[in-house]
Amino acid sequence: MNAAAGSASPHVVETHGVGKVFETGDAAVTALDGIDLTIRSGEFVSLIGPSGCGKSTLLRIIGDLTDPSGGELRVNGKSARQARLDRDYGMVFQAPVLMDWRNVASNIELPLEVMGFPREDRARRSAALVKLVELEGFEGKHPWQLSGGMQQRVAIARALAFDPKLLLMDEPFGALDEMTRERMNLEVMRIWRETGTTIVFVTHSIPEAVFLSTRVVVMSARPGRISRVVDVDLPQPRTVDTREEPRYFSLVTTVREALRAHLVDTEPLDDLGDARIRAEGIS
Amino acid sequence: MTVASPIIGAGRPVAAPTIRGTVSRRRRAAGAVVLLGLVVLVWEGAKWLGGDPWRIHGTVLGIRVDYEHFPAFNWRIADDLSLPHVWDVIRAFVDPAQRNGPPLGLILAGQALFTFREALTGFAFGGLLGLGLGILFVHSRLAERALVPYVVASQTIPILAISPIIVVATQAGWLSVAIISAYLTFFPVTIGALRGLRAADPRAFELLRSYAASGRQVLRQLRLPASVPYLFAAFRIAAAASVIGAIIGELPSGISDGLGSAILNYNQYYILGPEKLWATIIACSFVGIAFVGLVRLAESLLTRGRYRPVDR
Repeated sequence: MNAAAGSASPHVVETHGVGKVFETGDAAVTALDGIDLTIRSGEFVSLIGPSGCGKSTLLRIIGDLTDPSGGELRVNGKSARQARLDRDYGMVFQAPVLMDWRNVASNIELPLEVMGFPREDRARRSAALVKLVELEGFEGKHPWQLSGGMQQRVAIARALAFDPKLLLMDEPFGALDEMTRERMNLEVMRIWRETGTTIVFVTHSIPEAVFLSTRVVVMSARPGRISRVVDVDLPQPRTVDTREEPRYFSLVTTVREALRAHLVDTEPLDDLGDARIRAEGIS
Repeated sequence: MTVASPIIGAGRPVAAPTIRGTVSRRRRAAGAVVLLGLVVLVWEGAKWLGGDPWRIHGTVLGIRVDYEHFPAFNWRIADDLSLPHVWDVIRAFVDPAQRNGPPLGLILAGQALFTFREALTGFAFGGLLGLGLGILFVHSRLAERALVPYVVASQTIPILAISPIIVVATQAGWLSVAIISAYLTFFPVTIGALRGLRAADPRAFELLRSYAASGRQVLRQLRLPASVPYLFAAFRIAAAASVIGAIIGELPSGISDGLGSAILNYNQYYILGPEKLWATIIACSFVGIAFVGLVRLAESLLTRGRYRPVDR
């Protein structure tokens, strides 16, 4: 695998008792409660759980896009804020969030421009990344001239442009059709192998989580907690055939049962649940 | 897995928009001509039914014409004083405005150019002020809350009432007219900028936050480019308003080189030559249309191929 990356701290992400409470006018909603999670360098960790379990919130807390209400959090051995200021991570959202007025190459170069990379370096990097995400020939196209899958590949290339050691992906393929999604999964696998980046990946697709991850973190809702961590011991490199292996199916079943165990003792969505989802969506 | 993937939607746009572009442009031009024809038709139709009696007498294309018409009704709004004949208005452009002087059309063209210069200067002042205020407001809630009510209130004051004050206070000739024009221009630009500078996807702001981008970088890389379509919508309104502002500004300023003085002049002598005022009105609207057209041209030059087409 990729046990490379000899950084000072082997733990890329370390949380102790991290919680998040959203104040939604009349009611306080606990989105996350007592999250203890350690992610080592080079891991591919998926966060999976029902809507409102706070998996996206947790990712956003790691990226310092949302403040935790309590608990301790270290990213690369630093505070999340310092890690963000040091540009330690790249972010990919569910929507590609590309700039319409920039073409593919200059969208990929956006973080490099912000971070003050010299022009030749930017051009060199974006050319290499265009190749990595297999968009050669589309450098001059603008986002609205690309399909959804191609747009998301641009977003991934952009997140990788400045060589972050950590990639945070928030349901990056949630809006894609099944076939494109499976192809994108293979591409992410390949990119992960080739770059040695640590990836934290939010999804609500069980097959996707099992196929991609070295570990799957199963979360439950109300309040958002980690209910189980499943080690995925499928051999690397994973290919199209991985999805046919018996071990793959048994792991999918394990994750599904871990998810279901917590759905049984929760009531159907009430007003509070809706409020929580809304709060998560807004912040 | 490194096999070149079948790519969806490859190279789709390129040719189609240009063809569709020319077709729609031609269609738009044809529509404008048809509409103009309809206006003339209604205009002369009203005069045919209820105007003053008229007579065509002379040679048209070498053929002697002598024709008299007595309308069936007698409507006040269709008589020669309220609604001169279309051909009389057209002839007013060619005929000299004063005995042995240059044709009215030439005089009006010079005055239109003068007024356009004032409007353009006012537009530039107002546009910069509006954009500056927009940028200030999106960065300071306090400034926004404190000043926006005054920005709105500024537009409820009749421009006719404050333009003499501005003219007297600034003593700057045509420049004070430009200031009055800017007074009308900055408002739509402020509102458009305020909306446009906030128009980007909230996640795009988070993306730049994840890059630890400075406020100035967010402005340059996200807010300003995202506001361009909104700004141009505002610029079109502002262009038309700036011409109005310039004309009204000329009225109390005593400047005789612009269309404002022409309006005052032909208003006073309306009974002697209503077609001259009508010709002046056409000249005024022509300045406005030309200005808005220039803004549209600038917009399409600046945004074509860079922004998602929204034309249809």
